[in-house]
Amino acid sequence: MTVAVVGAAESDLGVTGLSALTLQTQAVTRALADAGLRLSDVDGLATSGLARFSTAQLAAELGLRPAWTDSTFAGGAGFEMYVARAVQAIEAGQCSTVVISFGSDQRSAGSRSLAGVVEPWTPEARFEAPYGPLAPISYYAMAAQRYLHCYGAEARVGMAEVAVAAREWALLNPAAYRFGTGPLTAADVTGAPMVSSPLTTADCCLVTDGGGAVVLTSLDRARDLPRPPVVVLGYGEATSQTTMARDDDLLRPGTVDSGRRAFARAGLAPSDVDVVELYDSFTVTVLLSLEALGFCGPGEAAAFVADGRTRPGGSFPLDTAGGGLSYCHPGMYGVLLLVEAVRQLRGECGGRQVAGAEVALAHATGGILSTHATVVLGVDR
Amino acid sequence: MSPVDEWFAAARERRLLVQTCLACGHRQHHPRAVCTRCGRMKRLGWTEAAGTGTVDSFTVVHRAPGPDFDPPYVIARVRLAEGPLLLTRIVGCPPGTVRCDQPVRLDWWARPDGSVLPVFVPEE
Repeated sequence: MTVAVVGAAESDLGVTGLSALTLQTQAVTRALADAGLRLSDVDGLATSGLARFSTAQLAAELGLRPAWTDSTFAGGAGFEMYVARAVQAIEAGQCSTVVISFGSDQRSAGSRSLAGVVEPWTPEARFEAPYGPLAPISYYAMAAQRYLHCYGAEARVGMAEVAVAAREWALLNPAAYRFGTGPLTAADVTGAPMVSSPLTTADCCLVTDGGGAVVLTSLDRARDLPRPPVVVLGYGEATSQTTMARDDDLLRPGTVDSGRRAFARAGLAPSDVDVVELYDSFTVTVLLSLEALGFCGPGEAAAFVADGRTRPGGSFPLDTAGGGLSYCHPGMYGVLLLVEAVRQLRGECGGRQVAGAEVALAHATGGILSTHATVVLGVDR
Repeated sequence: MSPVDEWFAAARERRLLVQTCLACGHRQHHPRAVCTRCGRMKRLGWTEAAGTGTVDSFTVVHRAPGPDFDPPYVIARVRLAEGPLLLTRIVGCPPGTVRCDQPVRLDWWARPDGSVLPVFVPEE
């Protein structure tokens, strides 16, 4: 492909006291500074979750009049979808410089609800919400319960290891919410307060403020910019459901299709990937995603992670910023997967840098395993 | 009456309906305006569920999603004998005793707002 990521940045993270617009403005301007570009260079903009007219809202805030926008709402997976759309728009000549961004003040604003957001006209509002599931937690909890039923109670250790490894990475990342809090043990995870069984508070991602942005332009132009270009090698997506009783098999999410499409487009296989950034909304999400993306077989993910290979120094570096579990989770985390993947490929990650990383995969899941999008990135060869 | 309203009206009479395409035989839940298998809209009818099924998966909810809820309670995906999955609750047993693939049978939950919803109890 002929499009590259040329800038990447986070906004302030954690508990900021700043508005979503301010956080998003920080992310955009920092990513542009990183790219050696200015606001006036931006003619494409993608964001969602900010407002009803998300891209118009952000464009107006930044003083832009973009020639191309995308505000596809797909939860945290939207941002990986935007990469695909941005590549297509740049290759088609509809715009030349795209910023993909997100920002949320959900922690400071106290706007997150255990019931989730259920629009009153939807089937789930009438057929599901009256029973009192937590959304999205109870859906992932049912996937986890089925996982343990099919693959044995010892798989619980593998779920816990996902949170333990995420913490180990976060301890190496000064920007992480849990930086400096000390390590986590499997017993800490399984012994934490139960939320929706078998998921405890430690199986669930953080609720923080935060945001991020990435900048894309043509590879030709990218080679004249200050940072080493990170080339988009492939992308794929899949969309499944919004109701808890639709998908027939909880253990086969749409990730299977998203990943297959992305690898096919990139002409690569799972064994070609050096660093993996997966949306760890819940510990079980990571196990399901590892299997669905083909890094291991069905039912094998718990054993795959159990030897510590996903921790710092291991043979399979995973969620190297510390993940939604221990780094940052502003509600829709997908853009921060891209930011970390880019930084790893540029070799900027300091104590958590994966040596010689040349191919990175970012995979995001939105909603209740509703939306799935995979991006494969690589160094410019 | 819309298919959704028909379904809730039947539930008030303690009958669990499964929307059925009379053209292709497909059964689906929740009821809607189209058969998701054959795409036809005109020949959608009903099968009355036998009231048996199995637990596809479940979760014990320990935190209330709102003031109307009193945890712990068991949320489950039940696979009806007729095929479709249904989100529901498992009642009539300690929450810790529910298992995946457990056989369950239909019961009814009359709610304070006057609606009646299907729930399931362990099959004896």
